[in-house]
Amino acid sequence: MKYIGKAMSRVDGVAKVTGKAKYASEFDVKNVAYGYVAQSRIAKGRIKSIDVSEAERQSGVVKVFTHLNAPKTKSSDDDFFALQSDKIVFSDQPIAFVVAESLEQARFAARLVKAEYEEEKPTSDPRSAPTVDSRSPKMRGDAPAALAASPVKFEAEYTIPIEHHNPMEPHAGIAFWEGEKLTIFIKSQGVQAFQGHLAKCFDIKPENVRVVSPFVGGAFGAALNPHYITFLTASIAREIKRPLKFNYTRRQMFTGHGYRPYTWQKVSIGAEKDGKLRSVIHEAVGNTSTIENFTESPNGFGRTLYECPNYHTPYKIAKTDLPTPTWMRAPGAVTGAFALESAIDEVAYQLKIDPVEFRLINYSEKDPETGRPFSSKALREAFKQGAAKFGWEKRKLEPRSMRDGNWLVGWGVAVGTWGAGQAPATVRIALSADGNARVGSATADIGPGTYTVITIIAAEFLGVDPAKVKFELGDSDLPNAPMQGGSITTASVGTAAQGAAMAIKTKLVGLAQKDANSPLAGASVDDVEMADGTLSLKSNAAKKVAVADVMKANGMTEIVETFTSTPNAERRNYRTQAHGAQFVEVKVDEDLGIIKVTRVVEATACGRIINPKASHSQEMGGVVWGIGMALQEETAVDHRYGRMMTTNFATYHIPVNADVQSVETAFVDEEDKIVNPLGIKGMGELCLVGIPAAIANAVFHATGKRVRDLPITLDKLI
Amino acid sequence: MRPFKYSKATNAAGAAKAVAGNKNAKFLSGGTNILDLMKEDVARPDELVDINGIASSQIRSTPAGISVGALAKNTDTANHPLVRENYPLLSQAILAGASEQIRNMATNGGNVMQQVRCLYFYDTAVNCNRREPGSGCSAIVGLNRTYAILGWSEHCVAVNPSDMAVALAALDTKVNIQMADGKTRTIPFTELHRLPGDAPHDDKALAHGEMITSFEIPKNKFAANSYYVKVRDRASYSFALVSVAAALELNGKTITTARIALGGVANKPWRAFDAEKFLAGKAATKENFEKAAELELKSARPLEFNEYKIELSKRAIVRALEKAV
Repeated sequence: MKYIGKAMSRVDGVAKVTGKAKYASEFDVKNVAYGYVAQSRIAKGRIKSIDVSEAERQSGVVKVFTHLNAPKTKSSDDDFFALQSDKIVFSDQPIAFVVAESLEQARFAARLVKAEYEEEKPTSDPRSAPTVDSRSPKMRGDAPAALAASPVKFEAEYTIPIEHHNPMEPHAGIAFWEGEKLTIFIKSQGVQAFQGHLAKCFDIKPENVRVVSPFVGGAFGAALNPHYITFLTASIAREIKRPLKFNYTRRQMFTGHGYRPYTWQKVSIGAEKDGKLRSVIHEAVGNTSTIENFTESPNGFGRTLYECPNYHTPYKIAKTDLPTPTWMRAPGAVTGAFALESAIDEVAYQLKIDPVEFRLINYSEKDPETGRPFSSKALREAFKQGAAKFGWEKRKLEPRSMRDGNWLVGWGVAVGTWGAGQAPATVRIALSADGNARVGSATADIGPGTYTVITIIAAEFLGVDPAKVKFELGDSDLPNAPMQGGSITTASVGTAAQGAAMAIKTKLVGLAQKDANSPLAGASVDDVEMADGTLSLKSNAAKKVAVADVMKANGMTEIVETFTSTPNAERRNYRTQAHGAQFVEVKVDEDLGIIKVTRVVEATACGRIINPKASHSQEMGGVVWGIGMALQEETAVDHRYGRMMTTNFATYHIPVNADVQSVETAFVDEEDKIVNPLGIKGMGELCLVGIPAAIANAVFHATGKRVRDLPITLDKLI
Repeated sequence: MRPFKYSKATNAAGAAKAVAGNKNAKFLSGGTNILDLMKEDVARPDELVDINGIASSQIRSTPAGISVGALAKNTDTANHPLVRENYPLLSQAILAGASEQIRNMATNGGNVMQQVRCLYFYDTAVNCNRREPGSGCSAIVGLNRTYAILGWSEHCVAVNPSDMAVALAALDTKVNIQMADGKTRTIPFTELHRLPGDAPHDDKALAHGEMITSFEIPKNKFAANSYYVKVRDRASYSFALVSVAAALELNGKTITTARIALGGVANKPWRAFDAEKFLAGKAATKENFEKAAELELKSARPLEFNEYKIELSKRAIVRALEKAV
């Protein structure tokens, strides 16, 4: 391959660092008005009365909306919409929306909105909230009986707090109407999903809605759903009959787009003395809101990881008076991995078996759930390469056995896994006679480098230089694509791009062969190489014809092909997963409890890597995210008020540069002919999954203290 | 932000007079704290009097020590040769705080006058005695892992967030103040911040309109034996859980004079007078450091989630003293 697998800088990099890349709130729309929400002080109850008169009197104020006069959605989905009724279901819920000539005027006036409430006591603590059972897979074998009969038993509870995505770019939207046609610029991971949502909300045809989101300043799941910002911005723009812009503030981000739910987990493990797992019971309770039942799969991810005949994963959700959670990078998996991969580590210590060795003893060679083979699984090789790179063989098993001066040194490991998903996707390519290609699909690039990776794939199969390829995304008018979530984009859109490029080649070969004297006469498409603007026979490169000449001969200036890829039907006979072995070194100040993550090695088996530079960057991001989750991140809720309190970057800690030291990555060769023709599996979530557990395991190895409640702040160690 | 009047003062006396004349006026220097507070609707001044350029931003040596201008930027102060050579403790403490960008904007006067970072003070939806006197303290039985263990009252349990102030307290600094009536006065730095008592909203020894013009740090013999320890939740850009400024004057292995101040534990930089007194004349040993720390933390009272700070403070004192030696 000429471009695939070679490191390439981001094609949108220069635009991003020079400010030319336009994010949602940066589009220049004339006569735009600004919106700002006033928010509820209480978490539960109803608005008895609301007085907007003082706000309305302020200079620059266009109009103030409350539940009494705001437009109502026609959608019957149970999403949260702002200003629909007097009912308050979470603290900081919007109660009024002020529209003014400037942001400053709108914000000021919003502070003058006065509400009287009928207040009820909120239940925001999931530990005391009512729970409902959620769907979980059928128990494998008889886990309780196998646990009772196991010679080695282990049981522990783990918790993670609420965490927020905190992308740098806050959610923002600009909406305007031209008659019945709506256009909205909005931060989105799926413009067509937003288009469908808005069509439902207004009961209009989807073709009357255009959603545009070419650049996204980080999302991590926060912009998968439209949230209240989308309909509110669009509907108020229609009411005021002029363009409207609305941005969340950082504080509003905490209640405006969901979060990773608080999750309590209990892991019970039964094993043989030789380390063979007999039974795993992995229970989980996550919080949701009172208005929607958000579920993920914190415990389900582990069911394929180990060869264990008895496995049970009961899952409940607790209905709290908080906003609804949502998907956040590696949703469910990283939550579950923290508990399961900590517990596996704990059992390994109990048996005095090296934690890598313990995992290899229980390695699943085929899907323990169905008995089907994995389409590919190079996790063993990942362990091998990762351990070698990390120097794992020098590790002493005993906790507190390694030191560096004042610092206790700990080495930990954990496994990550993530489903190698794919969804139907369509790509259109227009190849012009001059060799330039316009490629389009309504996908997103929230940061992983989708612009670049699709450019690489298109260039590869069109046989043109990547500089001649222009890939457009983030516009609902473009061909269909799934939301950018679940690490499926490259597998989905990349496969479609390959298909579209191949379709162009097929078309060109056919056109060339219309000429009976064509040098390609009689050749099949596979016999032909398309590169550098030329079609030639693979068997005899001298037999060639210029693409431009073929087009000219057929009176064409460009060839347009659209290709829809769908997941390979063969997939259902296999388990398709990506895996990673994640090694961490921490140093802990014995007296002061300060924890430093000094070294991380990620060895990853995730199919074919299209752009090693971007993939390394993704892995770095996963490690940084994992450091935050393990050591720092927590949205603290004061349960007296049902209110999130750490709603800014001073109090919601994420890692700073000084928290991140050495991060090394290794991609293990893994050929997979089942998942898709290019063997792409995806890795944006995978690279995070095991990191928090690996850090917790390293902290235990350093200190002998097992912290089962994240984040591992230093007060838990001294 | 609420509408406010902006004016630029031309001299210190005029600035003090202007602010004194309007009970809702505030000084504006670097703006790194007041603007945040205004955006959050926590501070609601109707007038900002810009004092940039009207008082000293100089750092110069004096017969008694050095004079540090109130309007010198934190960055310039920390990097000034006079400070780095003679008062490395101050340099270290400043550089342990905030971020480079904030230190580039923040002034010394503004730094020591900055507000607490209490979650409840910052959230206008809940009660706070500091923001609304008499409304009650939400933190005392709230999320108080990072709050005070020393000198708190039932009215307020917040901590002073400044690192610079901890070093200034340890170094026997004096504060020069411009009064509203045109006169000036000088107070010890340790009296600038007050414990909350029953008036946490009024926790600085400055009358409304009074303005700090400079700090005087006396000559000392600590430069070779001082150290600032800051323990926090991440490696940079976060406030101290506990910090310790320690300075020793040694005669061989004997401590002649000790200066110790703690940050992150009280509503003011906590000068550890008991520990200092204990150490004077004693050998500089870990045992003595531990005893001194023990003595100083005797009066500590934990809240629900911050008991760890008592032990952490003791260990941080020992660490700072060991490093200082």
